[in-house]
Amino acid sequence: MRHVAPTPPRRKLRVATASLAGCFGCHMSFLDIDERLLDLIDLVEFDRSPITDIKHCGPCDIGIIEGGVCNAENVHVLWELRANCKVLVALGACAVNGGLPAQRNHLDVGRCLTRVYRDRAGAAVPDDPELPLLLDKVRPLNEVVRIDFFIPGCPPSGDAIWKYLTDLISGRMPRLEHPMLHFD
Amino acid sequence: MSDDATFMLDGRPIRFVAGQSILEAATAAGTFIPNLCHHPEFKPHGSCKLCTVKVNGRASSACTTRARAGQEVASDTPELNRHRRTLLQMLFVEGNHFCPGCEKSGNCRLQALAYDLEMLNPHYEHFYPPRPIDASHPDVLIDFNRCILCALCVRASRDVDGKSVFALAGRGTAQHLVVDCPSGKLGDSDFAMTDKAAAVCPVGAILPKRVGFSVPIGERTFDVEPISAHAAHAAETRG
Ligand code: SF4
Ligand code: SF4
Ligand code: FES
Repeated sequence: MRHVAPTPPRRKLRVATASLAGCFGCHMSFLDIDERLLDLIDLVEFDRSPITDIKHCGPCDIGIIEGGVCNAENVHVLWELRANCKVLVALGACAVNGGLPAQRNHLDVGRCLTRVYRDRAGAAVPDDPELPLLLDKVRPLNEVVRIDFFIPGCPPSGDAIWKYLTDLISGRMPRLEHPMLHFD
Repeated sequence: MSDDATFMLDGRPIRFVAGQSILEAATAAGTFIPNLCHHPEFKPHGSCKLCTVKVNGRASSACTTRARAGQEVASDTPELNRHRRTLLQMLFVEGNHFCPGCEKSGNCRLQALAYDLEMLNPHYEHFYPPRPIDASHPDVLIDFNRCILCALCVRASRDVDGKSVFALAGRGTAQHLVVDCPSGKLGDSDFAMTDKAAAVCPVGAILPKRVGFSVPIGERTFDVEPISAHAAHAAETRG
């Protein structure tokens, strides 16, 4: 399905993407825009993203983030994108309201870790400094930094992502309505 | 008051019969006013405030305000819809609403109103309140995480089933739904699957067991059409 054709911006926009406490489903759905990826690549170039494997973000026009914030590393990545991107888009249910990972929020993290690791014979709670510390609660992105745009859905459909991004790239106020607006 | 008296709703005349509320008259005429705690078969509760309209410039609940000839009622305005979105956002953060894992998704009136009013995120900080699930009844599950305290089950159980299985207890943010029996468990109450109270919950809080995904996600009532269009069609079918 093709929606309003994007008006090309004067220069290619730089886009960063990241997956925090998500399942990568939103990135997969992003790839579901199929052959429209070729149109998109005429309009944007990718900075930090699982697609490019660039590890740190430079100055960007748009940052797209999947997943909520569940550990210290997520917070640092989110800060880096906020500092470098003119606009940030929360992509998908977990980025928007914490989603499935936030269903641990009524549990005590310390007790979870001891239950899973220490209480099993011969095991201990991992304390490798490489492992990011867990937050006591999983939070949606907008509870940690300012977020400019939200695309709900688990995952949002390729069509919804395409509609929203092309609106944004063309300088239109992005809008999602029936049947593209979905929380499930 | 004559039977064909009219008031104006967003600039269109709406006929009403004496005694009808603004919401009832609008619904009968196929014009949707957002509402959550209203049900045509029960006394209005007037608690969710989603139906707030301006009657001659003053904010009132359409479900509890009588229609009167010559009223100027405004409903579908950017200002009122902004307030409605805010109310919805507060309902979302006060409970635990994870739609992707909810059996009611697509049939849920809270979610459908959020779609209709283009609520893209819950905006406010989430409470993530710790709330229980009651699976003690053989046929019906209660997930208190999703209860919006609309009191429809309370009214249905009291006024139709004559059982008063449910009540709202506590005040303010501590208000919650309770089951009236010594253990507080639905399975120990005289609640039955055939009760009216089993069929009125607008959200995924009171759910019949074993039918969860018999209609797939994507093919449900408000997946097919927005709640406003659905209400207009329902009025057409009623004639
Ligand atoms: S009750 Fe409605 S809003 Fe809440 S999780 Fe279920 S579908 Fe979503
Ligand atoms: S359980 Fe459902 S019907 Fe009862 S008060 Fe809660 S939301 Fe309303
Ligand atoms: S429907 Fe009128 S206050 Fe809830």
